[in-house]
Amino acid sequence: MNIQDIIKPENKTYNRPRLLLDVNTHYCPGCSHGVVHKLIAEVIDEMGLEDTAVGVAPVGCAVFAYNYIDIDWVEAAHGRAPAIATAISRLNPGNVVFTYQGDGDLAAIGTAETIHAANRGENIVIVFINNAIYGMTGGQMAPTTLLGQKTATTPYGRQADLNGYPIKISDILAGLDGTCYVTRQSVHTPAAVRKAKSALKKAFQNALDKRGTSVVEVVSTCNSGWKLTPAQSNEWMVENMFVKYPLGDLKNV
Amino acid sequence: MTYTFNNYLQNIMAKIHGAITVDDKRCKGCDLCVVACPVDVLALQPKEVNDRGYHFAYMANPEKCIGCGSCALVCPDACIEVYRVVEQ
Repeated sequence: MNIQDIIKPENKTYNRPRLLLDVNTHYCPGCSHGVVHKLIAEVIDEMGLEDTAVGVAPVGCAVFAYNYIDIDWVEAAHGRAPAIATAISRLNPGNVVFTYQGDGDLAAIGTAETIHAANRGENIVIVFINNAIYGMTGGQMAPTTLLGQKTATTPYGRQADLNGYPIKISDILAGLDGTCYVTRQSVHTPAAVRKAKSALKKAFQNALDKRGTSVVEVVSTCNSGWKLTPAQSNEWMVENMFVKYPLGDLKNV
Repeated sequence: MTYTFNNYLQNIMAKIHGAITVDDKRCKGCDLCVVACPVDVLALQPKEVNDRGYHFAYMANPEKCIGCGSCALVCPDACIEVYRVVEQ
């Protein structure tokens, strides 16, 4: 069969999500942020939340998320996305509010806001991108950095006596009564991408049903910060990150 | 000759034709689609680059494509669109 006969509009099975704006992202080649942006755009489109969804962008690599997905966005101060999302969801109960945060934003400077928003059981979705490094500022150690992992500020590897232990923030959030759904996903293979999409869909449905806080942690790669190629960093993530951050649902009530 | 599961699979696969289009201006040549492809269809351009200097992905073995969409799912820049025809 000729390739021109296959490439016809009626045979199309997968196209670029409608809500992704027609711009080039500023992310490095192979960055997991792009896949998660794509999934959020697909989920919001499929659930018909285009007019009611409000995203809260973090400080970090995803700071320009409002340039890429065609919904309403607010840009929060560093780490304060759950506080802003609390205000929006309480003042406008008809809106579905989600935050999109990295590990430096959510697990370091914004720990208090995150834990208390989850403990209050705010009806928001927290999308947590955990790549174990501060990507935007040049690859410094984050609270989630693995023991022994080399970063710009731990050139000999993270040591427990000097730098402490990596924090499993999703496990902490799963122990709070306010959260209804805490899950850890990844986007390194097609199967994982499909699972992450269904997890996001479930989290948005929980926010629609006012069931409490949903947390979707996405264990991701930072190939620039890790000094690996995108394919190698996926392998490194499977070998090292999944040992400390195993995938699966941590809480589902 | 016995009809094995592999024969069955080959007969089925022969009827499935797929193709993809890559938005080569947007592609950043990250190689993730090449790794994700189960039938080795994709490759990065060995010499040619796009406006931003990236070796973009293209269909090196277009006749093998089954239109499964794995490449499109893992593409961080959403620059792959998938087409599929199943012969009746």
